[in-house]
Amino acid sequence: MENAITGDLAQMGAMIGAGLASIGMGGAAIGVGNVVSSFLSGALRNPAAAGGQTATMFIGIAFAEALGIFSFLIALLLMYAQ
Amino acid sequence: MAEHAVEGAVEEGAKLNIHPMAQFEITPLFGDGPIHWYTPTNVTLWLFIAIAAIVLLMVIATRGRNIVPGRGQSVAESIYSFVRSMIVDITGEEGLKYFPYIMTLFLLILFTNVLGLLPGSFTIMSHIAATGVLALLVFGAVTLIGFYKNGPKFLKIFWVSEAPMILRPILAVIEIISYFVRPVSHSIRLAGNMMAGHAVIKVFAGFAAVLAAGTPLGIGVIAPVGAIMAVLGLELLVVVIQAYVFTVLTCVYLNDALHPGH
Repeated sequence: MENAITGDLAQMGAMIGAGLASIGMGGAAIGVGNVVSSFLSGALRNPAAAGGQTATMFIGIAFAEALGIFSFLIALLLMYAQ
Repeated sequence: MAEHAVEGAVEEGAKLNIHPMAQFEITPLFGDGPIHWYTPTNVTLWLFIAIAAIVLLMVIATRGRNIVPGRGQSVAESIYSFVRSMIVDITGEEGLKYFPYIMTLFLLILFTNVLGLLPGSFTIMSHIAATGVLALLVFGAVTLIGFYKNGPKFLKIFWVSEAPMILRPILAVIEIISYFVRPVSHSIRLAGNMMAGHAVIKVFAGFAAVLAAGTPLGIGVIAPVGAIMAVLGLELLVVVIQAYVFTVLTCVYLNDALHPGH
């Protein structure tokens, strides 16, 4: 059987790099889940104080998600920008 | 980006039918010439539409100034009171002097983001050039305000007084670095979120195009179109939250400048 790989090596390297970069989004997902879970466990103990802290929760989610977005950006750049 | 693929062009087999990054290209509105600083492009068109929508909501809908507000006026009033309470919560009463700037930021990002969800539109905030300028202006303004209000004592934000004396120089270096990284993360958060959402939608659209051609009567498009609907719903939430987060972080940085020290 002949060698069936087509396309250049740089393109293959870029695709593999994109796949590796997207592993970083798992960390972002864990981080966001952490923020929301600690907010929920606090809110279920003290529901009256929970309303004022939803803003803090959203800020925490945005910070945790930003790094996942950075890694997604790197994956996209590797895939589509030569 | 996307120098080699144009939307709708089919290449040899392995490439995509609808390229996910082609939607972020800046194209001139009339003709195909080079883009100078005076060329009307799709960016200028959608920026104009966003500002027209903002003027329509905030100026024309509130023109009647009724005591019992109608629909448009109550939406405008709720946006106004939302931003105002956010500023007062985070920066206190003195932050209200900067209310016009923060309101402008919030309205611009919110309207351009939401308008970017329409099919065939252009999301201005997906370009790092646009969000980078906004974040750099926030950074510059906050630093200048900090030095103007506090003088050299503004540098106290880098000197953590709760840490033991040995650690303070190291912490100061870390604090300075993280202070200068602020505009980077501020801009990339917004640009990355916008670009990622729209790129995902376009990828599903590419699948839908392939399935429309491949299956009989195009029955197979139901799955990707359902996925596009779900992602668009999520995008609406993400878009509003990202506008809110940009504004909230601006208020937090402003609070750092107005009241330095931890």
